[in-house]
Amino acid sequence: MSNLGHTCWLCLLWSHYQHCPIEIEWHGIWFVTGTFDYDLVVIGGGSGGLACSKEAAQLGQKVAVLDYVEPSVKGTKWGIGGTCVNVGCIPKKLMHQAALLGTALKDAQKYGWQIPGPISHDWSTMAEAVQNHVRSLNWGHRVQLQDKEVKYLNVKGSLLDEHTVKGLTRTGKETMLTAKNIVIATGGRPKYPTHIPGAVEHGITSDDIFWLKESPGKTLVVGASYVALECAGFLTGIGLETTVMVRSIPLRGFDQQMAGLVTDYMEAYGTKFSWRSVPKSVDKLSSGVLQVTWTDEQTGKDQRDTFDSVLWAVGRAPETKTLGLEKVGVKLNKESGKILVAADESTSVPNIYAFGDIGEGRPELTPTAIKAGKLLARRLAGRTNELMNYDNVATTVFTPLEYGCVGLSEEEAESRHGKDSIEVYHAFYKPLEFTVAERDASQCYIKVVCKRGGDQRILGLHFTGPNAGEVTQGFAMGFQCGATLTHLKETVGIHPTCAEELTKVNVSKRSGLDATVTGC
Amino acid sequence: QQLLCGENEVYDYDLIVIGGGSGGLACSKVRASQITLSKPTLPPDLHLSSLGGTCVNVGCIPKKLMHQTALLGTSIQDARKFGWELPEETVKHNWETMKSAVNNYIGSLNWGYRVALRDKNVNYINSYAEFIESHKIKATNKRGKETFHTAAKFILATGERPRYLSIPGDKEYCITSDDLFSLPHCPGKTLVIGASYVALECGGFLAGLGLDVTVMVRSILLRGFDQEMANRAGKHMEEHGVKFLRKYVPVKVEELEAGTPGRLKVTAKSTEGDETIEGEYNTVLIAVGRDACTGKIGLDQAGVKVNPKNGKIPVNDEEQTNVPHIYAIGDILEGKWELTPVAIQAGKLLARRLYAGASLKCDYVNVPTTVFTPLEYGACGLSEEKAMELYGQDNLEVYHSLFWPLEFTVPNRDNNKCYSKIICNKLDNDRVIGFHYLGPNAGEVTQGYGVAMKCGLTKEQLDNTIGIHPTCAEVRLITDQLQSWCSLANAKRPARCWAVSTTPTCGRRALILPSWSLFLTV
Repeated sequence: MSNLGHTCWLCLLWSHYQHCPIEIEWHGIWFVTGTFDYDLVVIGGGSGGLACSKEAAQLGQKVAVLDYVEPSVKGTKWGIGGTCVNVGCIPKKLMHQAALLGTALKDAQKYGWQIPGPISHDWSTMAEAVQNHVRSLNWGHRVQLQDKEVKYLNVKGSLLDEHTVKGLTRTGKETMLTAKNIVIATGGRPKYPTHIPGAVEHGITSDDIFWLKESPGKTLVVGASYVALECAGFLTGIGLETTVMVRSIPLRGFDQQMAGLVTDYMEAYGTKFSWRSVPKSVDKLSSGVLQVTWTDEQTGKDQRDTFDSVLWAVGRAPETKTLGLEKVGVKLNKESGKILVAADESTSVPNIYAFGDIGEGRPELTPTAIKAGKLLARRLAGRTNELMNYDNVATTVFTPLEYGCVGLSEEEAESRHGKDSIEVYHAFYKPLEFTVAERDASQCYIKVVCKRGGDQRILGLHFTGPNAGEVTQGFAMGFQCGATLTHLKETVGIHPTCAEELTKVNVSKRSGLDATVTGC
Repeated sequence: QQLLCGENEVYDYDLIVIGGGSGGLACSKVRASQITLSKPTLPPDLHLSSLGGTCVNVGCIPKKLMHQTALLGTSIQDARKFGWELPEETVKHNWETMKSAVNNYIGSLNWGYRVALRDKNVNYINSYAEFIESHKIKATNKRGKETFHTAAKFILATGERPRYLSIPGDKEYCITSDDLFSLPHCPGKTLVIGASYVALECGGFLAGLGLDVTVMVRSILLRGFDQEMANRAGKHMEEHGVKFLRKYVPVKVEELEAGTPGRLKVTAKSTEGDETIEGEYNTVLIAVGRDACTGKIGLDQAGVKVNPKNGKIPVNDEEQTNVPHIYAIGDILEGKWELTPVAIQAGKLLARRLYAGASLKCDYVNVPTTVFTPLEYGACGLSEEKAMELYGQDNLEVYHSLFWPLEFTVPNRDNNKCYSKIICNKLDNDRVIGFHYLGPNAGEVTQGYGVAMKCGLTKEQLDNTIGIHPTCAEVRLITDQLQSWCSLANAKRPARCWAVSTTPTCGRRALILPSWSLFLTV
């Protein structure tokens, strides 16, 4: 690989002076360079696309990144940075924090803080603060691209052939760019259930909620994905009447016992759940409120209620239609619409790559996309042949009771290894902060799924409780190092924290013993 | 010979544990659960009438709860920025409400321990224990009644108590951490003497409750901890209103007026000259260190060696003292950690070795810990100073990063104050030998890293772990700084200060330079 890297640098240097196509043979491999406007064109200015383009530029590649935000159905639009920065992780976590602070205000009084009078929440103050922060991030991204000499184009990119990208501006002006390699990282957008009358017309999605100027009021959240539960959680937390409508199960793909605890906690703290219900129609009444009709599948009967807002969180789909993929032969998964990718993120067209949420079977997570994008850039620049490892990615759901996990769910561990070959350790614990605050901690729970026998290698680690993200991160690192139950138990706890409970697990589910932690 | 005759004798108990703190309780409980025979636990001191020792009664638990109270004070400030509408006037804190809530919780824990001991068939005696022979102790209860007990083995777990200064007025007018958490009245304007973690934690939460707090420091902050981290934690406190009187030692404390709280006059003199200063405070809290409770338990009678300098007991790697049937765990051990979970771990493992045929010894290396200063400081492994001493500057690579937690951005506070660094040993595959984190939820963040270090974490494995976004814990994972990027992009201070944040004492550093720092310095 070092030879290859060397060649590329030579090519680059050569083409820089020649400004003309040049072919160089190195160890029997032919390299073509200098024929294109860019070494790399990245379509999509989200977390992944930006990371990939900046990394490539830093390695001396000539890079352009095309970013274009198609406004949502409701007309919401935003700046560079993609879903995470504008309509995902960042505003979500900030609004989650607003909700946590609501709980903190209640707790504070138990701890001796004297807050006179009633407390209320003002949506527009929060929204403005969050939006300002997001705008500052947009600005930062722009400056960063400039700084790294990545050409930024605010155009909608599509493929003309395997080396040519057409960019279309908002006003309809066309630009052509040619590139040796093309990377597609356009991500996904929330789906609408188009078959439900009134859904598109009257509903909003996570693309809109963070940019609303006015409070959404009484809200119906349809779906039980993490997006749905997180949004419903913070809306409830800031004092809005919120209902979640669930067709089948919450947090599909996650450990179902943990998912149950997450929704139990939400129910206990005021979020309403309409289980096994399927929406049928949304109508706008003359008063302006939205009347939603749904079928309760348990009783088979139709039900009806009115809401100020209806938020669809029924999944996300990639925006692949307008990319011109079929034309150049990039193969898609017909069902999901996602691009079929190999381990090196290459598509069916050798010099076209795709990663992030648009890649078939890839985790839809920002840090994964960033890492994959950087590694791709390094490989394309011939600096490494290291592939992205998509296994054991830790993640956290920022529901009112946060849920962090790494590795396999109990169900998955059972199906892969067999029920008799795994040992599940668990504990119900009470965070110290909950005691004085007199908060119920019935759903604060940890679960460590291990291989049975031997040194009991950890297969999955699950945690519900405050600061789950902060707790899980370090354990994920231990996981990366092949942590076993012995490692976990040999680690001295940090007292008094919630995370220490993970080092103290000793009750297995198989033993049937009471898993409630007492004392300290 | 003593051991031989010991085995032939019949004793009242298999094991007597002296000390009802975390460590003592842990080993008596484990012991009982293993072979279910009864034996007594004796609290070392009549002052400690409640079970659970320092941690539960006058340490970790009340400390963390009062720290939490202070954090909630910050939350109230933040809440306004996040859209919560509170009455205009400043929110006041009521000491009594907090104190009762905290003490009620502690009371419930004490009760829980009593029940647990009974359930585990441990005979609990609330008396002061003193050796009169190597296998025999005298127990004196509150009313002065004496009983005698013999046992085959003993475990000493008597812990430590705060040290006084031996200056005029200290015992009469000053309080220690043993008193602070149950103080019936608000301490008011407070002088904290000392810069141990106890001092900084107490000073920190008192300031967080809105009190006027001064910390008097003789030399350095948080001795034994990484000094760069210690100074950053101190600087943060200073920026949040805690005053520091550096290089002064108190010489006398006088009462100006009695009351709840009263008024005290403190005279201090400079450590660098003859200059003296005076100050008036409502409360003076002494936190200059702790002394092992080993002086009055008849260790000379039992023949147990004690380090005369600090009263600590030297033990081998199996927590055994020079007298083979007497063991010691916890804070009274020489050269070991003074931490609750360490004592618990050591106690459990010791009991398992003694009675359950186990062989696992307590590992005192890479113990993660957290100081609950207003900006929390979590650490695992070596400080930078210690790492340099052990491996030499050239063999270390230090990665570090300033960061701005997402939650701090909207309230626009503490920009560029949170900091983390990892110290890698280049001679050993870039293994992580020191982990340091200054920021919110440091305890929660550090714990998992402790596990990872137990698994032999290397820089490469660290780089290969994908972050959880957006958290503070992810910050170290990122070489191109997604987190800093997301949260620091609107940093108002020029980031150059960040780039030059290497201190002169520091070794080689690989700056993880995120690109934003470049544009911000332009």
